Amino acid sequence: MEQQPMGTSIEQSINNRYSIWVREALDELPHSFTITDPLISGHPIVFASREFLKMSGYSREEVIGKNGRMFQGSRTNRRSVMEIREAIREERSIQVSLLNYHKNGTPFWILFHMFPVFSKEDGRVIHFVGVQVPIMPKPRRSGSEFSRIEMNLCENGSGFRDTVLGFCRREVCSDTVAELGRISNLDQILTDDTELHDTACKVSDLEKRRVNTAISNIVSMLTHYSESTGRLVSDKRCCPSNMSLVGASLNISLGRIKQSFVLTDPHKSDFPIVYASDSFLELTGYGRHEVLGRNCRFLSGKETDVSTHLQITNSIQTGKACTVCILNYRKNGSPFWNFLHMSPVRNASGKIAYFVEVQMDLNCGSHENKNLRPEIRQLSVVGAVKVAVRSSGMIATTSDS
Amino acid sequence: MLRIKRVPTVLSNYQKEESEDAGATGGCGRNCMRDCCLPGAKLPLYAFRKSDKVESSDKKEPPFAFLDSLLLGEWEDRVERGLFRYDVTACETKVIPGDYGFVAQLNEGRHLKKRPTEFRVDKVLQPFDRSKFNFTKVGQEEILFQFESSEDDEVKFYPNAPVNINNSPSVVAINVSPIEYGHVLLIPRILECLPQRIDHESFLLALYMASEAGNPYFRVGYNSLGAFATINHLHFQAYYLAVTFPIEKAPTRKITDFNGGVVISEILKYPVRGLVFEGGYSLEDLSNVVSDSCMCLQDNNIPYNVLISDSGRRIFLLPQCYAEKQALGEVSSELLDTQVNPAVWEISGHMVLKRKEDYDGASEENAWRLLAEVSLSEERFQEVIAIIFEAISCAVVVTEAGSLGDEDELRDVEDVDQVRDVDGSGSHKAGIVAGKQECMVQH
Repeated sequence: MEQQPMGTSIEQSINNRYSIWVREALDELPHSFTITDPLISGHPIVFASREFLKMSGYSREEVIGKNGRMFQGSRTNRRSVMEIREAIREERSIQVSLLNYHKNGTPFWILFHMFPVFSKEDGRVIHFVGVQVPIMPKPRRSGSEFSRIEMNLCENGSGFRDTVLGFCRREVCSDTVAELGRISNLDQILTDDTELHDTACKVSDLEKRRVNTAISNIVSMLTHYSESTGRLVSDKRCCPSNMSLVGASLNISLGRIKQSFVLTDPHKSDFPIVYASDSFLELTGYGRHEVLGRNCRFLSGKETDVSTHLQITNSIQTGKACTVCILNYRKNGSPFWNFLHMSPVRNASGKIAYFVEVQMDLNCGSHENKNLRPEIRQLSVVGAVKVAVRSSGMIATTSDS
Repeated sequence: MLRIKRVPTVLSNYQKEESEDAGATGGCGRNCMRDCCLPGAKLPLYAFRKSDKVESSDKKEPPFAFLDSLLLGEWEDRVERGLFRYDVTACETKVIPGDYGFVAQLNEGRHLKKRPTEFRVDKVLQPFDRSKFNFTKVGQEEILFQFESSEDDEVKFYPNAPVNINNSPSVVAINVSPIEYGHVLLIPRILECLPQRIDHESFLLALYMASEAGNPYFRVGYNSLGAFATINHLHFQAYYLAVTFPIEKAPTRKITDFNGGVVISEILKYPVRGLVFEGGYSLEDLSNVVSDSCMCLQDNNIPYNVLISDSGRRIFLLPQCYAEKQALGEVSSELLDTQVNPAVWEISGHMVLKRKEDYDGASEENAWRLLAEVSLSEERFQEVIAIIFEAISCAVVVTEAGSLGDEDELRDVEDVDQVRDVDGSGSHKAGIVAGKQECMVQH
């Protein structure tokens, strides 16, 4: 039931920004990369290049809508994964070598470079692009895992053979070239094991150059195809993002919370909604653009008790938590009893930054969550939002400097 | 006998009244966790699935983070019930500019304006003392839920499970002086009144809690006696902080592969020397190596802290000597004045500061200077590694010389025993603590 809106929002993620030919144009680039949307819950992949699919062995359908972590596996360095997570939160680019896994389970090293794409109009992050350049292991002194993997790659039959052999051969050539330049540094050739340690994989200048070429091609393509929509993108942040709406990193954290809630800004007149969760949109039937910037009262209708509104306003003004039961209406006009809990949420400075309002349709059973009491589920949203808001502010303090 | 004076942190609302509490019998009226109040008591029960395999990746994401929600929801419920001494989200906090991103928090409410108490710091293992405060004295409203392994192969949740006295439940309780949101205590088999001492079963339980919560920003920590644990009743701590800890960013150098697929590494370029354990074919493999190491340290009377990070995938083990230096008068008054107790969170890079001036002036250098005092010297650290490896019966296979690309990470086999300056700056001079008799390897 929730698949449909998810699928559409993924389509729109690209369509809203770029003209219709962008997918084809991106696919013609010889680079392996994905585009992800941090504003959609779960930070899913919204585009995967043809080269990427070849390299990973997955079909487009298997990849779109998933989080990039699906390519990691047991021996992927956890510290690198953490660095990527951090870069996303801080909305900056990162380059790291990473052990990814092919669909058939074979691990392979890539040089991973991820960078944010900003909206020119308001400086917000709209997408992240993840470029992946395969790194071929260098010959080792000890009989290492890698030579074995290499063998596997090349001996493995099936369709996999063609694509990987393709890049094996390419890499063999480039390898020797790179090797020549490195003979003087022979001591530095790694003998460490492959497990868990990215240092095992030495990145050459060649791979770095390939990453740079890919970045510049992708950026120019994205900029070009955003021109005709009038919603320009850029690889640089154009203006400070001191927007009324929440930033991408907070958006990602909030997107993980799979329940119906909104954040409102108590410092703005009429307490507008600045964030609405996917479940809220499902519950009420509205689109995101229809609710952002509005006061929650649009959910009320003719039978709604006016005094409940006063209670809500009072709670916001005094900075206190409160629980009410209010008759609300969906976009299609159908009414529902909303068991609403709201609580102030403080930022890293300890000041109230938002009010979180957690809705619960009283007629809707909580079967999927076994028997966690509805009140506890509701409070868990408050807790998760408090953690997200507090932490995202701590990082903002540093990146502003 | 070495002692330090410090103001104990209040972990429970019932800790304050400790003195007037001697020998209460019968229903004590506080709804506590002792025989007087337990009959008929009910608490939520979360039973986790004991799996024999570590998830190879995050591919199978559970549809709903149950433990995470339970914990956050119950914790927020206690916020609304006013059980905490202060609102931790009203405490100012920031990431200190610099390469490491140390986190500072100004917490003026945590510190009691109470006279300091003496703590013995030269004995890592001390017998349980019923006359002192322990967690059976907390009120049941401070307990969030019982936490145990499921009997069948499925996660189970019972909102109202009777407390089985004969089974001594493990419980998760709030810390009424939280240092971040969701700060809780995991008390293994609470009724058995175990002293602060790691054993296989309890450590595995803590690892399961980290893994079940499934949130990389929910970390579990442990302080031994002598490494700033204040209550000698076995407990782990945990809380949420959605930033990466500096220690998690530090580079590491692999020392050896161990049984069960566990990899042991050494932390580099970080003020506190320590080991990192990761990998393992099962959670139990990983848990066993770490708890064996912890048990070796405590048996050798070496104070230590443990950080379980990345949802139970990476575990940091940090032997320390700060309290000992403090007792011997070797810590500068400047550092002592900040009254920062370098327990597991501080060592990981999360500094809870009590004075506004320390918060405003917080810098990477200051944090570094404090933590450098906590660390063992390189020489002592290598000694301790040898003791641990001896105990977990694992020959150190040092990787070949020059095996790392980064030149300051290079080291030779012969070099291992020399005092070296890992960060290459030469700025932090860690005092060398001579090996004590108790630390000798026993055969």
